[in-house]
Amino acid sequence: MSWEGPEGADGEVDCRAAIDQLYHYLDGELTEQRRRKIAEHLEYCGPCAGAAGFEAELRQVIADRCRDRVPDALREKVAALIEEERRQHGMASGVEGAP
Amino acid sequence: MADQAQFTELAMEHMPALYSAALRLTRNPADAEDLVQETYLRAYRGFGGFTEGTNLRAWLYRILTNTYINAYRAARRRPEVADVEDVEDLYLYHRLAAPDGSSNRSAEEEALASFTDDEVKAAIESLPDVFRIAVLLADVEGFSYKEIAEITDVPIGTVMSRIHRGRRALQKALHGFAESRGLVGTAQVRSE
Repeated sequence: MSWEGPEGADGEVDCRAAIDQLYHYLDGELTEQRRRKIAEHLEYCGPCAGAAGFEAELRQVIADRCRDRVPDALREKVAALIEEERRQHGMASGVEGAP
Repeated sequence: MADQAQFTELAMEHMPALYSAALRLTRNPADAEDLVQETYLRAYRGFGGFTEGTNLRAWLYRILTNTYINAYRAARRRPEVADVEDVEDLYLYHRLAAPDGSSNRSAEEEALASFTDDEVKAAIESLPDVFRIAVLLADVEGFSYKEIAEITDVPIGTVMSRIHRGRRALQKALHGFAESRGLVGTAQVRSE
């Protein structure tokens, strides 16, 4: 696992290299030069572009399906907890509430 | 140095994301609520040490992750298996492909649309801690490798390895759901 792949930044991108670095590419974690090389490969290579498209869509599905609604009671509990902490701290320091 | 009076204004908006992450980590709502409360309390107490203008979201995730690891992992009797089966790249994609190996868009779309919220959550929750945390931070929360390295206190190479192996294991778990509906593995006989 490396940032530039086995060929280095100037190496040509074949399908193997493109797939090896697909996650780095989709994660936006390649150097600009390398990113352009992979993008170029994906433009003319249908099979790799198909795989890249699927991985990107799958990631979107995973992110979208993983959301949960915060219970109102939890919001209230956290707010109360912080308020309580603020009051205690304020009294202890003697700073807060001074005119 | 950040002002505690600003804490509520700045930190509360992150609760939906933190709560979702807490649910994936603890795998149950009561523990997730406890974890979120503990995270906010620690964050409030430590807010003076937070440098204003830096990444508050990452800072909150760091507290959440550390709190989870300290509290819940310590409570566990047996250490969790810290490894995943190493499956190949593009695990799901290859199993949805046409018999000649080319991309099968209709099968891909059908499988992607078929995954329910509960299935995706269960697939993530099936991963061991270190892989689950890495995949959550990368794929659900969109943190960079560097941010994840800072949140979890591990070298960036380890982060990359955990994300990649975690993703492959996640694909295998999702594949199980697609398979149970007959959406993968029987790509022929369509025309007959």
